[in-house]
Amino acid sequence: MSTETATAETLDIAPRAGEQEGRQYLTFDVAGETYGVDILRVQEIRGWEPVTRIPNAHECVRGVLNLRGAIVPVYDLRLMLELDWVAYDPETVVIIIKVRQGDSDKHVGIIVDAVSDVINELDIEISNSPSFGEHIKTEFIASLATEKSGGMVMLLDADRLPIAGAGDDDEDTDAD
Amino acid sequence: MSIDMAQFHQVFFEESFEGLDIMESGLLDMDPGAVDSEQINAIFRAAHSIKGGAGTFGFGEISNFTHTMETLLDEMRDGRREITTDAVDVLLKSVDVLRDMLTVAQDGGELDQSSVDAQSRELKRVLDNRAPGQSQAADETPESADGADDDGKAPLIGWHVVFRPHAHMMRTGNDPLRLLREFHALGETRVVCDISGVPPFHEYEPEDAVLSWDIHLDEPVEKYQVQEIFDWVEDDCDLAIMEVYADGVESAPAGEPSQKAAPKPTGKPELKLAEPPPERRKGGDRRQKKAATSAGSIRVDVPKIDSLINMVGELVITQSMLSMLGEDFQHEDLPKLLEGLAQLERHTRELQESVMQIRMMPISFTFSRFPRLVRDLSTKLGKKIELKMNGESTEVDKTVIEKIGDPLVHLVRNSLDHGIETPEVRRAAGKPETGTVELNAYHKGGNIIIEIKDDGKGLDGDLLFRKAVEKGLVREDETLTDQQKFELIFMPGFSTAEKISDVSGRGVGMDVVRKNINELGGSIEIDSELGVGTDIVIRLPLTLAILDGQVVRVGDETYIVPLVSILESIQVRPEMINLVGGKGEAFKLRDEYLPIVRMHEVFDVPSEHVEELTEGLLVIVEAEGHKCGLFVDDLLGQHQVVIKSLEENYGSVEGVSGATILGDGSVALILDITGVIRLGGNRPEDFRLQRTA
Repeated sequence: MSTETATAETLDIAPRAGEQEGRQYLTFDVAGETYGVDILRVQEIRGWEPVTRIPNAHECVRGVLNLRGAIVPVYDLRLMLELDWVAYDPETVVIIIKVRQGDSDKHVGIIVDAVSDVINELDIEISNSPSFGEHIKTEFIASLATEKSGGMVMLLDADRLPIAGAGDDDEDTDAD
Repeated sequence: MSIDMAQFHQVFFEESFEGLDIMESGLLDMDPGAVDSEQINAIFRAAHSIKGGAGTFGFGEISNFTHTMETLLDEMRDGRREITTDAVDVLLKSVDVLRDMLTVAQDGGELDQSSVDAQSRELKRVLDNRAPGQSQAADETPESADGADDDGKAPLIGWHVVFRPHAHMMRTGNDPLRLLREFHALGETRVVCDISGVPPFHEYEPEDAVLSWDIHLDEPVEKYQVQEIFDWVEDDCDLAIMEVYADGVESAPAGEPSQKAAPKPTGKPELKLAEPPPERRKGGDRRQKKAATSAGSIRVDVPKIDSLINMVGELVITQSMLSMLGEDFQHEDLPKLLEGLAQLERHTRELQESVMQIRMMPISFTFSRFPRLVRDLSTKLGKKIELKMNGESTEVDKTVIEKIGDPLVHLVRNSLDHGIETPEVRRAAGKPETGTVELNAYHKGGNIIIEIKDDGKGLDGDLLFRKAVEKGLVREDETLTDQQKFELIFMPGFSTAEKISDVSGRGVGMDVVRKNINELGGSIEIDSELGVGTDIVIRLPLTLAILDGQVVRVGDETYIVPLVSILESIQVRPEMINLVGGKGEAFKLRDEYLPIVRMHEVFDVPSEHVEELTEGLLVIVEAEGHKCGLFVDDLLGQHQVVIKSLEENYGSVEGVSGATILGDGSVALILDITGVIRLGGNRPEDFRLQRTA
């Protein structure tokens, strides 16, 4: 993964695309599939380190970590996708992203298996995400994209990740 | 003018509110008999700067209103007017109205125009007591000035201003040309220059203002808009402002002290269709959100800033010393390194203390409102009450200052309303007729103590108990200590007032008071003796950003227990432990049975932890009058921890009040003892309350 290469590509393409600069996406792997998120949302990528558990929280909330003095919750994307949990290894990373909720920006970390690449919008073909019915969680998958190589990337809508109620919901159920 | 005045508004409002406080306290201290000229001067100065500021920033209504107050104060200052209780009362009420006006100007919202008008008339009435002959004219003018298109009158079409600068005007830094330009900005103007004042050339003094002007403005603007142009020069010129109506009538508003020149007859004003007056500037167009005001700004004493800068300087020196040491480090330099690190630590701690100091404000910010409150209420209730305040300079965190105000007002009102008896009752009880309410603030062991003491009738524990039984808040067969009986008043829905007055007694107060104080991390205690008085003690943490914490270990997790809630920590022996109802664990500590809350259970700790009560430790904590023993694996140490918000990026967690970062960079959660006790389900009274409610 190299931002420099990606920027060079953008410059290469820029004259063709006119003012429509290609958006870039950071792609990462979860359970053998490739996902992507708008790179401007990404604050930081850090290797997995044990976090402080939040008592009585939903299982996908792994805990909180210290991001330069701010307390940031960390969610396991596998568990958000309702996949099986696997033990973290040296490849496991936490991507700190900025999500907008209501009127405020929040920082959250998502745990993914590994980061893979930075891709340019102009190098991929984006199509709308088909509906899979109610039993498969897709509400935070904004669209599907096909890479030049033919692989599929699921582009996430960071603002719709199911974190809004993660704290509140649990509080409700636990308080009663 | 190209400067954006809005950027100064915040400062203006802050200064104005401070000014109002000065005026209020000054007026309250004013003794109608003996007049201290310095005191009146202070009040006058405050009014004057509010007026000036309001004029500059275009708050014409505020400036006009303050002007009338200022006139009254000016006459008092010069000794031309006697200071009567009536005048002081009217001025005090005017301060309230002015505060409302400023609040509306700051936050937006609807101004109660009728109260402003009524108060203006009151002020005029007091002013005119001196010269009753003028009262008629004065009463009429505000109407004609404000309501330009009143019934029966031709519409206002413009203004005619006669402006004669005094010779020295330009030396005060005012340029007539600028004023004329500002005038022109209001609309079409016709200006006639009067050059009759120009002296022969050999007598001409270039710095004198020798010209004067007749200005006609063909725009029905508001009066204050015309006035504010001349705000700064009104003492340096002869000025007459006259309204021009469509039917050719000009009227000169009377009662304007700045108006010294007689209005000149004018030419025929052109008949023009009167345009509707421009939208009045209400608070609404100043878009300032309420939230912005509470964020606000802090005024910090210069010495505090200076000490901060000194500290930073020291820190920089230490840092460069350490980096020099690091460049070429020899083994024998080790003592030097250690010394440098010790110095660094000392400076960091001092810096931290200084930064904390910035947030500290004297509690007098909160106390200052009470003399007024007591004065007003005692008159209303027909009681004689003396207020004593001690320790007003005790410094408290800014957030505490902001949030403690309302609870304190409530408590003081309660003391006045329920506590202090009427003079007759007091006399019959053999007490002095005048009751005393004392407000004390002082530091005690890392806490701020605020005490509200009265020598009134005190609380009747048995009466409270009967009331509580009546309302189903407690069971009849319960035995409560006096202390517990007093604490009944903190229960929701409890009020002993025989009759609901607008002072207090709706029963929605004391539980909110306690809640607010708990939110600040403080506690409230009440002590009373029937017939002798009541003593309410509020305990607040010195600062909200840092707390002393006990680090405890549960499994492989660490938590911080606020040191203030910890009574003691013990290791239990098997014979101390009892089972209540076969399930609930309790232990006997001296003569009390306390419930045990197993931390690993309430927090569902997955890792290996101590199961046997006798192998771990019990931390005895107290919150809201409830004690319990938290069962933890081990105590690790005591630290000062900086409180970080968990809600900023996550949400609230039951039993956790916040988080902090430990020395190794990891995050530890700070326990909310009340929440933990609730999680443990160990507050039987609460559960029963919920059922009966």
